[in-house]
Amino acid sequence: MYFLTIDWWFIIGKAILIAAIIGLSFFIAMYTTYAERKVAAWLQDRRGPNRAGPFGILQPLADGGKLFFKEEIIPLASNRLLFVLGPALAMVTALVTSSVIPWAAPFVTKGGEVFPMQVADVDMGILLVFSIVSVGVYGIMIGGWASNNKFSLLAAIRGASQMVSYELPMGLALIAVLFVTGSLKMSAIVGYQIENGWNVLFQPLGFIIFFVCALAECNRTPFDLPEAENELNFGYHQEYSSMKLGFYLFAEYINMFISSAIMATLYFGGYDIPFVNEASWGLSSFWMTFISFSVLMAKISFFIFVFLWIRWTIPRFRYDQLMNLGWKKLIPLALVNMLITAAVILYLKK
Amino acid sequence: MSEKLTNRAVAVDRKPMTFLESIYLWNIMKGMGITISHLFKKKPTINFPEQTRSFSKVFRGLHVLNRDAEGRENCTACGLCAVACPAEAITMEAAERLPGEEDLYREEKYAAKYEINMLRCIFCGLCEEACPKDAIYLSQTFAPANYGRKGFIYKKEELLIPHPINEKEAYEKAVGDRATKK
Repeated sequence: MYFLTIDWWFIIGKAILIAAIIGLSFFIAMYTTYAERKVAAWLQDRRGPNRAGPFGILQPLADGGKLFFKEEIIPLASNRLLFVLGPALAMVTALVTSSVIPWAAPFVTKGGEVFPMQVADVDMGILLVFSIVSVGVYGIMIGGWASNNKFSLLAAIRGASQMVSYELPMGLALIAVLFVTGSLKMSAIVGYQIENGWNVLFQPLGFIIFFVCALAECNRTPFDLPEAENELNFGYHQEYSSMKLGFYLFAEYINMFISSAIMATLYFGGYDIPFVNEASWGLSSFWMTFISFSVLMAKISFFIFVFLWIRWTIPRFRYDQLMNLGWKKLIPLALVNMLITAAVILYLKK
Repeated sequence: MSEKLTNRAVAVDRKPMTFLESIYLWNIMKGMGITISHLFKKKPTINFPEQTRSFSKVFRGLHVLNRDAEGRENCTACGLCAVACPAEAITMEAAERLPGEEDLYREEKYAAKYEINMLRCIFCGLCEEACPKDAIYLSQTFAPANYGRKGFIYKKEELLIPHPINEKEAYEKAVGDRATKK
């Protein structure tokens, strides 16, 4: 029977991996809220939350618990279905992007079976991420529109146009990376970098463009116009309360985590350990997987710190500045970067 | 250029930005350098309930009703503090000392009731200045938070200093290192 030929171990293994990654995303998102407050405090010569547990490490639990017990309000004039769909969509798209990221070196069992630490190593890996991120705009748009509130609607429109504008230079910067590595597969991109050195060495300008666009895609300062507190009164999630609000906020932090992971994978060698040849250590496969995973997490933590650091350094862009930077500065730069990369590769191949 | 008040005025640079300036990258990095330097600075915050800020010896905090060396109340309920008080925070009721109460009150008249409303009080210290008997002074602590207005009306029991003979340690702690009148 065909039914029996299914590799159950494969499915169970993937299910465990998916559960672990989703759990990890939530955990990291929780503690990014804590890190955000701590880093903000440190950069402003304050102490930050330090009451809940030692050094305040239970603060995110307290915040999450508080959100669960808050009264849930759905405005009467809102579209009920879409109002609930908005945060759910934002959360789902944030979580799904993690599926193609290679989290660690493949785990090899004693029997010689290779188990990749990646949920799905699809051929068009990075394009999948881009398509899902594009769908993520709908979370903001639907939420803002369904709230039936002028502020929310304005914020949703802003958010949509911002994300559409910044996807272009992001994609152009990515094309240059694909020229270099010659594959869309995430595992192949990492493999190329382990062999030939990190992409950031060949694509410094591309990385900066990608990073700026990632800030914009995550709605982080200085591009946090969709939730501009002082002009739009919290923007698209103004009418939300309780855990629906929590979902929006959480999705933002998960997006931050995933985009940090993608930047580390595309430009900083993914789970590659810098400066050493780890294959010569002769460690067991379990330890290799563990160490490479830790290295990737260290890179991600660094990027998350930079995200926070930027947030507590610079103010928000004005809307025209945002559009000018996207269309008149970043797109030409990305195009030039792409052309130069293409020319150099063409020259070297001849 | 005509003479200005300080001659330190700088003309604003209104040149249009160059391309490099208009992508803000360098200026943002400069700003990030400034913020990261604050990561390593000493934090001026005091962890309040665990640590407290030390006040000067002449700090005007919560009031204390004084006793003399034998533990008798100094206050004679003359009302001068209440008259001096610009915020009208002090009320009192006088009573006559009965025979047998000589070890409780120093003079023939004493305050049967003495209340200070800490929400009215402006901690100016004029009551301390007005008192002819050295019966009231302002200590180095301040009124702690409370749940209701009533909690801020301090009765005589809360204001009186501990007995210097019966509760020696508490008395010395209450006196602290405050500056005493010479």
